[in-house]
Amino acid sequence: MASVTQPGARTGGFRISKRVLPYVLSLPALLVCIGILIPFFTAVIYSFQRYRLSQPWARQFNWGENYLNFFTDPGFWNTLRISLVYAGVTVGLELLLGLGIALLLQRRTTVNNFISIMLLLPLMTAPALAALMWKLMTNPGFGILSYFASLVGLENFRWASSPDTALLTVVLVDIWVYTPFIMILLLAGLRSLPTQPFEAAALDGVPRTFVFFRITLPMLTPYILTATLFRLLDSIQQFDIIYAMTQGGPGDTLTVFQVEAYLNFFQSTNVGRSAALLIILWAITYILSNVFIKNWLRLRERARGEA
Amino acid sequence: MYDKEKDLISAFLRGEVDRRGLLKGLGAAGLTAGTAGTLFNMMSTQALAADFDWKAHSGKSLKLLLNKHPYADAMIANLQTFKDLTGIEVTYDVFPEDVYFDKVTAALSSSSSEYDAFMTGAYMTWTYGPAGWITDLNEWIKDPSKTNPQYGWDDFLPGVKASCAWNGQPGGALGSEDAKQWCIPWGYEQNNLSYNKEMFDKVGVSVPKNLDELLVTAAKLTKDVGGGVYGIGVRGSRSWATIHPGFLSGYANFGQKDLNVSADGKLSAAMNTPESKAFHAKWVQMIQESGPKDWSTYTWYQVGTDLGAGASAMIYDADILGYFMNGGDNKMAGKLAYAPFAANPAATAPTPNIWIWSLSMSNFSKDKDATWYFLQWATGLEHAIFGATKMDFVNPVRASVWKDEIFRERLNKSYPGYVEMHDISAPGAKIHFTAQPLFFDLTTEWAATLQKMVAKEVPVDEGLDKLAESINRQLAEAGLG
Repeated sequence: MASVTQPGARTGGFRISKRVLPYVLSLPALLVCIGILIPFFTAVIYSFQRYRLSQPWARQFNWGENYLNFFTDPGFWNTLRISLVYAGVTVGLELLLGLGIALLLQRRTTVNNFISIMLLLPLMTAPALAALMWKLMTNPGFGILSYFASLVGLENFRWASSPDTALLTVVLVDIWVYTPFIMILLLAGLRSLPTQPFEAAALDGVPRTFVFFRITLPMLTPYILTATLFRLLDSIQQFDIIYAMTQGGPGDTLTVFQVEAYLNFFQSTNVGRSAALLIILWAITYILSNVFIKNWLRLRERARGEA
Repeated sequence: MYDKEKDLISAFLRGEVDRRGLLKGLGAAGLTAGTAGTLFNMMSTQALAADFDWKAHSGKSLKLLLNKHPYADAMIANLQTFKDLTGIEVTYDVFPEDVYFDKVTAALSSSSSEYDAFMTGAYMTWTYGPAGWITDLNEWIKDPSKTNPQYGWDDFLPGVKASCAWNGQPGGALGSEDAKQWCIPWGYEQNNLSYNKEMFDKVGVSVPKNLDELLVTAAKLTKDVGGGVYGIGVRGSRSWATIHPGFLSGYANFGQKDLNVSADGKLSAAMNTPESKAFHAKWVQMIQESGPKDWSTYTWYQVGTDLGAGASAMIYDADILGYFMNGGDNKMAGKLAYAPFAANPAATAPTPNIWIWSLSMSNFSKDKDATWYFLQWATGLEHAIFGATKMDFVNPVRASVWKDEIFRERLNKSYPGYVEMHDISAPGAKIHFTAQPLFFDLTTEWAATLQKMVAKEVPVDEGLDKLAESINRQLAEAGLG
């Protein structure tokens, strides 16, 4: 005979009230949040302190002084500028390249599938290793890329060791590593688009550029936004490629947030300044992700005809 | 059996017979090298144990944090001797230098008791000491009940020993009366010239005697050797490590300082004097004319390997780079030579700034007495002799090792000119920086400024004035200026 378990009844000797159950179910998520929030709030506290490991006696709350000092510190503005430029340039170029390659590989053929898998290989390389590889390839003495540069008349091209070309060099490495990421996302998007609009356009003899700008691109925008969001958040926190290639140099050419914060903590043991830099970086990524997610949601609603 | 030989070794260990006499005697007695070695080690251990209770901490265990380095390799090769002598078990972690100091900072800043002792540089102790992460070793060195009477603290080279001692006052003199001994020197590097004799002969230049000659010689080598070889290798990465070797050695030779210390102990930048600007201008010119094309990425590794591979004709850097590149599988092995270098034509002798690999005791060690046993063994004379004669433990920090005839003969045979270079520059060898907690901030910024000057982003005068201004601001913010 079947029995019906009443809400709140004892099940297998263990009873959880209906009111408590949602909290119990969200407990694991809460624990993970605590694991994230404790270091975060610790960093916030440190950022309001004058705190150098080498001067423990001078540790005290200085409230906003670390942040206020940034306003008069040209090094900070350089860090902010170079971080934004680096993120903007790498993501912009990777989007263009990734989209171009995805369009070329859109048709499902054996060759295209094989090429798309091969193109993913750089993504499997650890960025720090990719940087070291490029460091060898751009060595002015024996690097293969220096040799190619000399063939086109660029003698003594100094790549990452010159302030004029250091940004270009690390951007190239970033593009080499991460373009496949954007390519694969956009390729998946392109292949999942409904075919009817394209078939109708073909029947009407609509020019390809019109199809691309008026049909493909708008329909692909949610994918582009997703890829941009992921890459932008990653790019603005760039560390390994730049540190492995130049340690932030030459001069202050590439002292992006993460490199500056790392050097402040591990080399200068200036915990307060390092934490303040990272909190500002967090604020930038928070704002950027909000902007992108809001736009992404708006586009999704539009696609559903809700807006 | 072996009674005569034992007597001979005992006489040597008492200092009545020198090493040459000992070896001659053992050879005359018909002992093979292997047997003589075993006997010697056995007798050494007995002698070490004679006046001191090395077994006091038997059964305990220690853990070390080591940098991958020939000094660590030599210690590991001889570690069984320590275990047999003391009954203390020792384990260790070895990390490559790229990440080594991050690991040390992470371990110590988290108050971890995992490691009892670790390798460090003297500069790092200016952070670790005031932070309370390492122990003042005077407490053990000066306690006869804890230190072997044969330890020979006075045997350490004075400039090297003093460089590891600081009273913790920003600007305080190294090795002062009230200084704390934050670390024990293990091996050290002077900064002098190592050069490719074959290339010098080919071009017909002689070894430069001062900075002006260095500029001319390096430029001629760059122009005339051919094959893309450049004249002078020095470090250039955006790091404190660019400042401390050849650069500061030459800078100090002109009597220039990094910081001024006022009577009330306040610090201020000292690198924008006219003399300093003149030195910087020449240094920058030398790199622009005769340095590697990608100088701004150069660490000790690139400087050394370029010399060993024949890509550079000369380096003004750590002498041990020249030592290691003159052996092994290096393309230029056997072709390198050495010279002491005084950058200032008016100077009477070189004043190399030094890097000292040292051993420190963690303040979080669970057994400091047992740790001290390891430290005094690892920095003791017996291990130093073992490292210097059987391994590549150069440069030793003990005067008696430098006097050891077998060691000197070994170096003179395979590394001609090395001992002479060392002996000439050793009296002026010490740390020429001002000890203070912002050392890494200021030297990293100094290196970044040098990079800007070499890249012609900023003129030398303006660059140094801006650097001094920035340093003074940072010192004031930290309450030091």
